[in-house]
Amino acid sequence: MAAEASSGASTGGSAGRRDGLWLLVIWIVLSIIGCLLVALVWGPHMPPGADSNTAASQQTDITVLATIATPVVIGVLLYFGWALAFWRQKPGDETDAAPIHGNTRIQALWITVTSVIVLALAVYGTVELIAPAGAGAGQGPQPIFNRGIPPATSLTSWQPNTNNVLQIQVIGQQWAFTYRYPQFGGFETTDLVLPVGVPVRFNVTSLDVIHSFWAYQLAVKADANPGVNNIAYTTPAHTGTFTVRCAELCGIWHGAMFDYGRVMTVPGFMNWAHATEIQLAAVTKMLPPYALTYDPTVLANVGKVNQELGLTSAGGGYYNPADPEQP
Amino acid sequence: MSLPARVATLVIAFLAVVAGGIFVALHYIGSQPPVEDYTSVASNGQVNVTLMTTPETTVTDKPDWVTYFIKNPQSGQFVHTTYFKVPAGTQVNITILGYDGCTPLRNPYWGRVTGTFTSTGQTNAANVSIFNGKKYGPVTSVSTLDSWANCSVQHTFAIPGLGLNVPVASPPTVAENNALCAAGPCVGPGADEGNAPHSVVKFSFRTPKAGGTFRWQCFVPCGGGYVDGNGGPMATLGYMMGQMEVQA
Repeated sequence: MAAEASSGASTGGSAGRRDGLWLLVIWIVLSIIGCLLVALVWGPHMPPGADSNTAASQQTDITVLATIATPVVIGVLLYFGWALAFWRQKPGDETDAAPIHGNTRIQALWITVTSVIVLALAVYGTVELIAPAGAGAGQGPQPIFNRGIPPATSLTSWQPNTNNVLQIQVIGQQWAFTYRYPQFGGFETTDLVLPVGVPVRFNVTSLDVIHSFWAYQLAVKADANPGVNNIAYTTPAHTGTFTVRCAELCGIWHGAMFDYGRVMTVPGFMNWAHATEIQLAAVTKMLPPYALTYDPTVLANVGKVNQELGLTSAGGGYYNPADPEQP
Repeated sequence: MSLPARVATLVIAFLAVVAGGIFVALHYIGSQPPVEDYTSVASNGQVNVTLMTTPETTVTDKPDWVTYFIKNPQSGQFVHTTYFKVPAGTQVNITILGYDGCTPLRNPYWGRVTGTFTSTGQTNAANVSIFNGKKYGPVTSVSTLDSWANCSVQHTFAIPGLGLNVPVASPPTVAENNALCAAGPCVGPGADEGNAPHSVVKFSFRTPKAGGTFRWQCFVPCGGGYVDGNGGPMATLGYMMGQMEVQA
């Protein structure tokens, strides 16, 4: 049958045309059904959800990619299944298959179609990266994709509905994230709380090794590098909770480096922020002045005894070379 | 070599490789420090757990590593482990004998006491007393310790899953930090043993009723000899991190 089909296709026989026609019709029908199912039924449930503008954007992107891929997947599987079902070599058939010849038209069509798809996706991906202010990804210290994000006009105060972006610093350390709110007195806490519907700028850094701040349901993911400020944007769309995980293997308790954040109403957030600022005032006094990065080898206002002992918050020290036991 | 001999050789070689793999998995990957079981000594909804920090671990092949020890509830001996088991829904009264010297916290935020409870409610405080080599100082209730401004913190005891964080106070002077315990565990009457300068830190917290396993760790970069103090005892089970098993 395979020989017949191939022979038919290459010589213009009726069997090949029938197979090709059947395959084409079935592929079109299945592709339409599959694309509709993926786009309309599966799409709204695609990760990471729609809890922020960046999450919704990523969900749309994944849905578009999956929808485009559906006819390709169906075509491959259909051809594979068709070959298994109808083009198998019959028992006792020792003849060779028909030789394969090039088909310029098919090759040109294939190259054109695939090129169009890839280039269109490149354009689409670039637009999608720009549109929701960097798509929730870390953009380094000088982000270029910030459309729709208010400017950072004040680092010492923030009020809703003003032309000033809310800034939250994410500090990674083995093995926990803490969060500083510079516009509310610079307090630091283990609770990540955001107001709904408000653009947020995350300033992500680390105090030791490389971590990665991944607020899954918000579709924010930014590496936390020591000595580097990595900026990411998002705008929460719904109140509720979201998961924060470290997405960079950072040591023995990396797997336990996760917590949960909350998105509250704007008034609720303001109440929480002001109450927390007051509650943590004693701790805030001990913290170093707010900065975009921190150097653990340099202490502000280091105490006399620490100075005499030669201690910094880099810790560790080094072994005496004469020590019989070395790490 | 005959066919049966070749087959037998192949089978034996295969089994040897499998046995080696199982040995490595069990010995290195599956091994963990011993667990000190406090469930049998709990009474009236409370259990007392005693830990010790030491600047050296002379009972192991890593004598220069700082470490925690946990007192065995039956023998009273300090065991080199960071694993312990306590009952669910219980007030755990922790006593930490802190024999190490000070190191500034990488993030001074961890100088804040959080998550401590007593029967009267949340306290966010720990009781601290310093033994300076001669006598114990007064017991002071502490809610924050500024490890940058003073030589005040040696390690922390933090269970992130319970929101618990307690900085372990340290002897505050240069002289005391130059006369630390030279053994591990720090027991015995000598000035470089149990009578070396140290702190006594006491606090309580409640275990959840549902039980579970909670990891705990130190947030001071105390891995001497490693880049930024992150390796060695900071990255090895049984030294500056461990697990608390809460038995429901």
